[in-house]
Amino acid sequence: MASRNDVATSPVSGATERADARIEISGLTKRFLTPAGEVFTALQGVSFTVEPGQFCAVVGPTGCGKSTTLSMVSGLDRPSEGSVRVGGREVDGITDGVSFMFQADALLPWKTVLGNVLMGPVFRGVPKQQALARARDWLRRVGLAGFEDRYPHQLSGGMRKRVAMAAALINEPRILIMDEPFGALDVQTKAIMSTELLDLWEQIRPSVVFITHDLDEAVALADRVVVMTSSPGSVKEVFDIDLPRPRGSVQEIRFQPRFIELQHQIWDTLREEVERAYASTAGGKA
Amino acid sequence: MSTMSTAPVPAVADGTSGSPTAAARSAARRRVAQVWAGRIGLAVFVIGGWQAFTAWGLVDPFFFGQPSGIAKRLVELFQDGTGFGSFYSNIWTTIQEALLGFVVGSLTGVVFGVALGQSRYLADVLGPYIKMVNAIPRIVLGSIFIVAFGIGVTPKILLAAVLVFFIVFFNAFQGVREVDRNILANARVLGASQLQIIRHVVVPSALTWIIASLHSAFGFAIVGALVGEVLGAQSGLGLVIKTAQNNFDPNGVFATMLVISVIVLGAEWLIGKLERRLLSWRPPSPSEAAGL
Repeated sequence: MASRNDVATSPVSGATERADARIEISGLTKRFLTPAGEVFTALQGVSFTVEPGQFCAVVGPTGCGKSTTLSMVSGLDRPSEGSVRVGGREVDGITDGVSFMFQADALLPWKTVLGNVLMGPVFRGVPKQQALARARDWLRRVGLAGFEDRYPHQLSGGMRKRVAMAAALINEPRILIMDEPFGALDVQTKAIMSTELLDLWEQIRPSVVFITHDLDEAVALADRVVVMTSSPGSVKEVFDIDLPRPRGSVQEIRFQPRFIELQHQIWDTLREEVERAYASTAGGKA
Repeated sequence: MSTMSTAPVPAVADGTSGSPTAAARSAARRRVAQVWAGRIGLAVFVIGGWQAFTAWGLVDPFFFGQPSGIAKRLVELFQDGTGFGSFYSNIWTTIQEALLGFVVGSLTGVVFGVALGQSRYLADVLGPYIKMVNAIPRIVLGSIFIVAFGIGVTPKILLAAVLVFFIVFFNAFQGVREVDRNILANARVLGASQLQIIRHVVVPSALTWIIASLHSAFGFAIVGALVGEVLGAQSGLGLVIKTAQNNFDPNGVFATMLVISVIVLGAEWLIGKLERRLLSWRPPSPSEAAGL
């Protein structure tokens, strides 16, 4: 509850116009021209919806176009067919109020921790003093107070992720897009970071699209899990996760019977796709 | 690097003052002494050999100079000056030309490099022409500049700038092309304008490449200034060299050469300082410790 007050004090329009955080993906198709001149269909008629403030995880085998979907939600890429609508408006150019977290570090190595977190407000033209205060506040929230003047290379992988998280959340986005954000971390750090992410997410409640290979992570974090097929990518099935919130520690939740049940259910659907994708890469394309 | 890790170290070393650290330190000191002994030995061998061979008459000092003669000539140059003003004013002329050429050349190089690196269209249109111009022996442009702008400082500055431009341009262009795609996408999603992307992402990223090119670029600026002066000038070290050549005075040529190399070393040192300052964010690379 205290955290809710935190949000109320910060100057965001936030909770009032949450309807604009609804993501509707309909009939999304993306084709690429390969260097050999052939047309490669990465995505075929992908449709799903993320309700405002919902945490949606997308799982699927390698190369099923998960990342491509995300870049079209953020407006970094254009669909060949179909559309992405955010808050009822079709995405056309960079979507406003979106933050992105990548698997690889997207921190600027030549800026200090503080400088990196400051980027969001500075790019939006927030006055310097106000931006500084907000950046310091966010660094404190992710537990990095006292590290403001370090450069990214002086931090551990987990700390760099925290900086990236603060940098992504400081603009209080209505939509947070995460492309395997914790994929490169070790298992323990990953669990800690996931718990922290849930905590921060509950404070500002953006709609989240979260890509992962890790089914446990998907079930533990999300309200909705979208399973995708291997190439061309399309939606195979959508599961609603009815585990109660706040979920608390990500490590603990794994032992609840309902978690295990859901995990099994989704895995049955996913396994087939994973095996198919594996066969097509391992079996050789002769 | 990090203050946290270095601070406690002296305390620990003082407390124990163990033999392992002392041994390591004396080994390091011995190595430094050996390196310096080698360096000085090599200099004595080369310069002494030169002096000895010319003194014994195996090599004719009239054509190849003599270290003692070079030293004497150097003192004369500084004390008596040249037929066209004091030696200092000649040095200043060359430094001025090289420096201005260096600044103009590197600034235009960075601007063009960033612009072409950013715009695929510009790069495709201008690319072949830049390659063509780069293939021309640009030193020859000096003759044209002298015809066009007379024998003042302008043609030397231009020649130095042209030489510097291409080095810096190609590096800046490459640097812009190597910008991390993730970082770029992240900045765009965070709402950066094109100008903000250039300022916060592209230029700092390309700076590693640009600064590396500046080291060799200053050498080329000096070459441009000197060649310009040899082609036609009223003052400058190039003119000193040309006069010495015409007077069959190899010692004068060597003495001026020595002064030029001191200038370039000084500039190199300044650029090194600038580099450490601008690139302080970089992790210390293992090769830097053992580097030249």
